[in-house]
Amino acid sequence: MTATETAAPIVPDFGDDDTDRKICFICSKGSLDMAYPALIMANAALGEGIETHIFFTFWGMDMINKKTMEHLHFSILGNPATHMPQALGGFPGMTALATKMMKKQIADLDVPEVPEFLELIADAGGHLWACKMSVDMMKLDEADMADVVEDVITATEFIELSEGAQVIFI
Amino acid sequence: MSTTTIAGHEIEVNEEGFLTDPDQWTPDMAEALATQIGITLTDEHRRIIDFLRKDFAETGETPTLRRVTKVGGFPTKELFKLFPKKPAKKMAYIAGLPKPHGCV
Repeated sequence: MTATETAAPIVPDFGDDDTDRKICFICSKGSLDMAYPALIMANAALGEGIETHIFFTFWGMDMINKKTMEHLHFSILGNPATHMPQALGGFPGMTALATKMMKKQIADLDVPEVPEFLELIADAGGHLWACKMSVDMMKLDEADMADVVEDVITATEFIELSEGAQVIFI
Repeated sequence: MSTTTIAGHEIEVNEEGFLTDPDQWTPDMAEALATQIGITLTDEHRRIIDFLRKDFAETGETPTLRRVTKVGGFPTKELFKLFPKKPAKKMAYIAGLPKPHGCV
């Protein structure tokens, strides 16, 4: 027998036993460009076998509100990273144009729109939660929210469920 | 890069254990690779692995989970059930392909 035959086979370690890692995202923004970071990272975390939760609060409710989730906008106003003159952002139709362009760029990468992305995350085992105070403030009920939202929970309940988790606020 | 032997198949692998040459892969090697990571292949697994191989041959890249779902037509839930925890990496490994590089 040669050395290669006696050696243990080299097999990837998929780390199935270390399953205690947990990630919670807090989505507090309702603009298109701020919706994607959590969705992409949550999806990646689920693909790595990590328990993943997303808590939607304040303007982040727009991501799960059936009336707004398909119509999130991107504006160049207040966003110097677009490297465009800020005054341009104030012209009528500029936000619609910027939104259209960003949506096209996202679609070109074959990344789903927000509603489909939420379904993908739920199918992958992710947990989606709505913030009670925001729901009360905006006078929403469960019928107003995407079906993939598991429940409306209080801040305290979120703190409880995120125990031991890495929490990322967006 | 090293050489390793899995169920009588001598293969070249990278430092993580993924095959470095997809051409060394054979359908019956999939069985042995799956066993190494605790998966017993069923026909459903094999259909997905076949899709990965076919898609890689066409595009030169390992399909991401989303592509397996969208283009291959295999539901996300199913993939997580058949290849628990890390479906994208596990499917790629069994198919003798590199890990997928896409973000989504």
